[in-house]
Amino acid sequence: MNKQEFLWALQNGLSGLPQQDVDERLAFYSEMIDDRMEEGLTEEEAVAEIGPIDQIIAQIIEETPLPRIVRERIRPKQSRGAGEILLLVLGFPLWFPLLAAFAAIVFSFYIVIWSLVICLWAVEVALWAAALGGIVAGAALIIRGDSMQGLLMIGAGLVCAGLSVFLFFGCVAATKGMLRLTQRIGGWFKKLFMKKENAR
Amino acid sequence: MDIQLKRGMLDACVLAAIKNEDSYGYKIIKDLKPYVVLSESTLYTILKRLEAARMLTVRTAEHDGRLRKYYHITEAGLRRIEEFKEEFKEVISIYQFVTKEDVHHE
Repeated sequence: MNKQEFLWALQNGLSGLPQQDVDERLAFYSEMIDDRMEEGLTEEEAVAEIGPIDQIIAQIIEETPLPRIVRERIRPKQSRGAGEILLLVLGFPLWFPLLAAFAAIVFSFYIVIWSLVICLWAVEVALWAAALGGIVAGAALIIRGDSMQGLLMIGAGLVCAGLSVFLFFGCVAATKGMLRLTQRIGGWFKKLFMKKENAR
Repeated sequence: MDIQLKRGMLDACVLAAIKNEDSYGYKIIKDLKPYVVLSESTLYTILKRLEAARMLTVRTAEHDGRLRKYYHITEAGLRRIEEFKEEFKEVISIYQFVTKEDVHHE
């Protein structure tokens, strides 16, 4: 691989990044190759010393924060023509509801999976409240003289307390699992985005 | 190695390489080679980070009919080297403590 091929491959691999970043990288690697050749290395040897091009591109993309790539992707490559703007304005009643619907679906998806967890926690809290209420009411009944009913209430309260302790571990596990799932979905979105960026 | 520690060491290495005179990319890599092997991509990231932190300045000069970037250390960069020396005294004393424990158990 000669210098020109190397730089061309680098430019191609980084085409999703902001132009300024790409230009700076190209100048940097070009200087590095020139300096090696000045020391007596041939062009091929100098390029080989820099390292495998795929690895370099992968490292650069990994180091570039996602928001920078997204911003570059959103920014139009050339300014929009009058026709394009007209189309965007006229198409607004069509594309805006579609976009809103998509956002709503993603949002409701998160709500649905998280409401399962919230539900579990609600049961947990309710059991605690029932345990507390049962014991207090039972004690009050005993003081008033209804010792049988009071004992029953306290017993029911203790059962609730036991169940709530049991359920607590389930709640924690479910929350952790859901957090992992949410993170994985987020990571999956990011990966999808990077792949598209590289494919271009 | 702890990533924060390694980053601090690499920053200090690059700053030390330009401390006495302005230097350029390939020379920095060559000068550091006996101590630490830096790839071009890693050096680029470090230089960018140090430039953003105003620990060095960059100027482009003509060399042999082409352009070459020279890196110049700033006051902040020199201060960073001094800080690094101080921080590393702590690391060394921790190291001595940890290895002393080893001997104790034998």
